[in-house]
Amino acid sequence: MTPAFEPEALSWYEGSARQRIAALVDPGSFREAVGPEERATSPHLALFDLPEQFDDGMIVGQAAFEGTPILVAAQEGRFMGGAVGEVHGAKLVGLLRAAKSLALDVLVLFDTGGVRLQEANAGETAIAEIMRALVEARLSGSRVVGLIGGRSGCYGGGGLIAGCCSALLVTEQGRIGVTGPEVIETNRGVEEFDARDRALVWRTMGGKHRYLIGGADRYVDDGPEAFRAAVRDVLAAPGRLDLATLDAEQARLERRLARFGAARDATDIWSALGVAEAQAVPGLSTQAFRAVALGRESAHDAR
Amino acid sequence: MTLAEILAGLFPEGHAVTVADGLILGHGPRPGGGRVHVLGIAEGTPLGIDGALALAGQVLAIVRSGDGAPILMPIDSASQRMSRRDELLGLNEYLAHLAKALMLAEAAGHPTLGLLYGRSAAGAFIATALATARLVALPGAHPEVMDLPSMARVTKLSLDVLTDKARATPVFAPGLDNLVQTGAIGAIWDPQRPLAEQMEASLAASHPGGDDRDRLGAERGGRPRAAAIAERVAAQVAGRA
Repeated sequence: MTPAFEPEALSWYEGSARQRIAALVDPGSFREAVGPEERATSPHLALFDLPEQFDDGMIVGQAAFEGTPILVAAQEGRFMGGAVGEVHGAKLVGLLRAAKSLALDVLVLFDTGGVRLQEANAGETAIAEIMRALVEARLSGSRVVGLIGGRSGCYGGGGLIAGCCSALLVTEQGRIGVTGPEVIETNRGVEEFDARDRALVWRTMGGKHRYLIGGADRYVDDGPEAFRAAVRDVLAAPGRLDLATLDAEQARLERRLARFGAARDATDIWSALGVAEAQAVPGLSTQAFRAVALGRESAHDAR
Repeated sequence: MTLAEILAGLFPEGHAVTVADGLILGHGPRPGGGRVHVLGIAEGTPLGIDGALALAGQVLAIVRSGDGAPILMPIDSASQRMSRRDELLGLNEYLAHLAKALMLAEAAGHPTLGLLYGRSAAGAFIATALATARLVALPGAHPEVMDLPSMARVTKLSLDVLTDKARATPVFAPGLDNLVQTGAIGAIWDPQRPLAEQMEASLAASHPGGDDRDRLGAERGGRPRAAAIAERVAAQVAGRA
């Protein structure tokens, strides 16, 4: 941390993975596992003449959150868009396995475009392992909380991992999806999705929309204090995963499909949720947005 | 092999498995008594919110029934359905929900076995076959993470360069053998031998140490570092706790 770095002034969107961790957990409490000094780099990027990074874009370790031991993982969106490769993924797998054996909760700071395509098979397999380790940790009683507000959003396999978390916290800039806009456009044409239409991207995949449909549990401002308050809040909830949880998730996802399955645009959904001026939602401040979002669909911990 | 041939091989005495809207649903008898639930995707169908929810509903009904019967998941799919509607409604949640349901079934005593017999890709692959505890394939299966034109768009590399590299580089190229090397696919069945026997053998294979895909990937050379790094992270964290 440089002397000029003031954690509370951090923009989550602009910050680095290490800055986000430093600003989120108790000051000085983070201890990294397999840190950059170990030079755990990708064995595959050299094939593409691409630069390596000593942490492979994934920072994991333990810390204290308001005095309680917790595990933390953060993706570095500035390195290859936070994409998941072999080493990057394996660090999170190891952390989640430790969460299960130590019965600790986990915070995952997402910032990823999905699988790193230069090592696609290794990355895809890692995503599957992460999901299994995450679910096994949850089945043992750990809570896994996802924080989404980085530049790269949370796409591809990252979106699926997020969907396995006990709770999701999202900022306005935090986009969550599976297929990114460019890939939809490449496969289905610009008539299906115009990837250059940024307003369309934000209202289809952005934090406000996800919060309104129950795809995220807390809508937060773009800074550490807002995330801390939300983390405190969701760590107080049960966060269990069992048949009742998934039955309830089945019911809420069926309900979403029945209510909004015919909607063409996010604004149609927002209107159906009782937002009087759906067109105005993207421009609303946090406070004003929360006020119009009272009729939103809530996941009620069913995830 | 076609799905009909596979089902005939798995259940020589007949079965109650049907395909509707690209989804496979039903069950068949096991040689020693009892049944196997069969749930999957056929005909190269993309997996969208509707299909994922239907499959998850079936998995949860099986868990609720508590019959302890295994779940076989044959997969011949496209990728996740790529559309504005699917993304608008939160496809990530629907796919994750299906994956969680499969993992819950395994934990609740229903052994899950994926059988990749055709294509599969990306999110559809992760939410189905890769979410089962044992994954096998038949020769001719063709898994991929992303089609090369989409990969070209995302990586900003030309399609020619990618096609060239795909021939030389197993870690990123589509294909069955490449995903066997990473450990994602445990074994390839022999179509010349009775499939019913091979299914029983795969179901009996135990996983004492839990998820062994990273260890397999190290043994097979497709992922030289993953297992060691995961182990090292867990050990360092535990050592300080």
